[in-house]
Amino acid sequence: MTAIDTAFAVSLLAHAIQAGTPLLLATVGEIYSERSGVLNLGLEGIMIMGALTAFLVSFRTGDIALAIVAAAIVGALLSLIHAFLSITLKANQIVSGLAISIFGLGVSGFLGRPLIGQIATKLQSTPIPLLQDIPVLGPILFSGDVLIYFSVIVSLVLWFVLFRTRFGLNIRSVGENPSMADSLGVNVDLTRYVCVLVGGALGGLGGAYLSIVYTPLWIEGMTAGRGWIAIALTIFAVWNPLGAILGAYLFGGVIALQFRLQAIGIGTETPQLLLMLPYFVTIGTLVLMSSATLRKRVGVPAALGNPYVRGE
Amino acid sequence: MQPSPIIKMEQVVKRFPGALAVDHVDFEVGRGEVHALLGENGAGKTTLMNVLYGIHRPDSGKIFVNGREVSIRSPKDAITLRIGMVHQNFRLVESHTVCENILLGLKNLPTILKLKTAEKEIEELSKQYDLPVDPRARIWQLSMGERQRVEILKILYRGADILILDEPTSVLTPLESKHLFDFLRKMAAEGKSVIFITHKLDEVMAVSDRATVLRAGRVVGKVATSTTSKPDLATLMVGRKVLFTYERRGEASASPVLEVRDLQVLNDKGLPALKGTSLTVHAHEILGIAGVAGNGQKELAESITGLRDVSSGQVIIEGNNVSGRNAKYMIEHGVAYVPEDRINVGAPQSLSIAENLVLRTYRYEPFSKGLLLEKREIGSNAEKLISEFNIVTSSRDAITRTLSGGNLQKLILARELSGRPKLIVALYPTRGVDVGATEYVRELLLKQREGGAGILLISEDLEEILSLSDRIAVLYEGQIMGVIPAESANMEELGLMMGGALKKAA
Repeated sequence: MTAIDTAFAVSLLAHAIQAGTPLLLATVGEIYSERSGVLNLGLEGIMIMGALTAFLVSFRTGDIALAIVAAAIVGALLSLIHAFLSITLKANQIVSGLAISIFGLGVSGFLGRPLIGQIATKLQSTPIPLLQDIPVLGPILFSGDVLIYFSVIVSLVLWFVLFRTRFGLNIRSVGENPSMADSLGVNVDLTRYVCVLVGGALGGLGGAYLSIVYTPLWIEGMTAGRGWIAIALTIFAVWNPLGAILGAYLFGGVIALQFRLQAIGIGTETPQLLLMLPYFVTIGTLVLMSSATLRKRVGVPAALGNPYVRGE
Repeated sequence: MQPSPIIKMEQVVKRFPGALAVDHVDFEVGRGEVHALLGENGAGKTTLMNVLYGIHRPDSGKIFVNGREVSIRSPKDAITLRIGMVHQNFRLVESHTVCENILLGLKNLPTILKLKTAEKEIEELSKQYDLPVDPRARIWQLSMGERQRVEILKILYRGADILILDEPTSVLTPLESKHLFDFLRKMAAEGKSVIFITHKLDEVMAVSDRATVLRAGRVVGKVATSTTSKPDLATLMVGRKVLFTYERRGEASASPVLEVRDLQVLNDKGLPALKGTSLTVHAHEILGIAGVAGNGQKELAESITGLRDVSSGQVIIEGNNVSGRNAKYMIEHGVAYVPEDRINVGAPQSLSIAENLVLRTYRYEPFSKGLLLEKREIGSNAEKLISEFNIVTSSRDAITRTLSGGNLQKLILARELSGRPKLIVALYPTRGVDVGATEYVRELLLKQREGGAGILLISEDLEEILSLSDRIAVLYEGQIMGVIPAESANMEELGLMMGGALKKAA
């Protein structure tokens, strides 16, 4: 392999990780929501509102940490609406989620109009000393920004919580069989609220990554369907945060590859073809998941999408 | 022999809307005893135990555990008092491991689970009590017998001294049942107490020390197993009931409407529900199916009406083998069905009464022409049936949900019986229906019999079966235990057959 080839591969993979990071944050969030039994289709709206908030705060204050925190809070607040509708009022989760997505896209377009063409502070990379000097791996894995490191760490932590702690056992039981969990003294509604809010905050962070790192500009509709991809990735990851890491970087790779190929003149006319790939993979996963045995094996949350009404 | 009993229930009463489920029951269990709670369906066995386990609050009465009066408000309280219950429907999360299921909801559970330690403890417990199960296995991979062991381990892990098992053998193979009985004896030998809900006489005789017999919410007998016999228990369980008399006009004809030959059918869990069932219903005849619910009644009705796949065997209607045909075919060939679940199966609740009344026939003239429904015909059909069957409703366009239970059943009967069916399959047709409507439903069935229909009447109300049927077949564990003419039926014999203790050649 020539030095040029290596450099190309390194920059491609580094780009893949960047492109995968917003997907990873949003997917892990959606996994928590769905593991507790709440399908949150509002993710696209939550991400775009996160993106707008982060850009706006960064533009006005120049404080990048504040921008990130604000995006997470806005994401959590939007998901709170979803939680209230679908947990407390037992409304239809699909309708509620879609409403939030459409609302988020519309409002962000309206509020963001004056921001078009503006430039805000960008989150800078924070290479990790020593580790960044490892040949090949260093530039790919250890020369990123804090949100990249955070997204991986949070995925690992949330995996541990889900499968190794009492709270995780509660979450999985609530998503599987809420009436039984209730009879064993688990607070179903509270568990679901926490999971949906965590999911919303992570979705907001995913959006923030787009507008202050990945494409540090405000562009209307800049999430470009990434919320939907994250929902598909949740299935691809079979509701497991570790699977989400794999899936997000894989799809990030597809996005990065598509850019590179376009740059050298391949697929310029049909960039959509590559972008369809995530959805093909998702359809394939759904077909696989139609097997009842496999669903049980991977632990598809059996109560997903169903409001829990005590005594029914 | 009696030191203070470990459990004592005094004058316990539990009412449900419209029913007295438990009627001033006294119940006692001693230490180191296997105690059978015997009775037919609806006798109040499970309700009584749900009161003890804190699922239901008693309306009055006292409960003593270890001689101390207690108030049990929830299963958590019961568990604190070292009482554990295995329900008939297991309460397990299918996609979780055995270990996770046992830990779920445990108090004092550390934040970070010590799965390895817990797995080891469960393994030791399962070895100690000879209840083999792999703590790392996921529930969906396990057989029903193994799942039951998980439920029992869940209780033992919480340190229970008193085990309540609700119809535990209904999901077990004979070998697994034997294994369970050995375990129960072992528990008793260790000084733990076991309460065992059943309707099977053999089981009472095989495993219990004493038995309490319930009928219609009341205690009708307390016996030591060593001094009783199956016929005695059967008589206690079924009782001698005063019979209403209905006049049956006309003789059953010799031509069979329905023949069921060697039918094998699986239940919803994929286990055999009918194990080679054969029976015949003639024109002008009511064949009553007696038996405790859950012995294959629902599956029998559904396979005859085309709602359930038949594994093997034949369903023959007027000489044609129709097994494997769908419900539409059955409707077109004169089979009427009065289902057990009136609300979810019998009549879509949000349709109007007029619409519900044509659900069997809306596909055909005069109710539809081409792609369109004939609203006027549907309306006049509804007017006719509402007055003919005395359905009490504000209007034919009222939503079905607004009907009372009795009127809903009349609506279903009006729809099913109006097409002059040849065969009527009626599943618990008067369950939950008030007295007046009950009389009316029974009269209707007799009128259909007189008109030449063959009727398969499945009921758990023995009085109903005895007073309406020409012949009675007893269904037990998916097999016909025998067919007897109604005139010569006696309660003891029926009770023994329903409890699986007697089989007569057909």
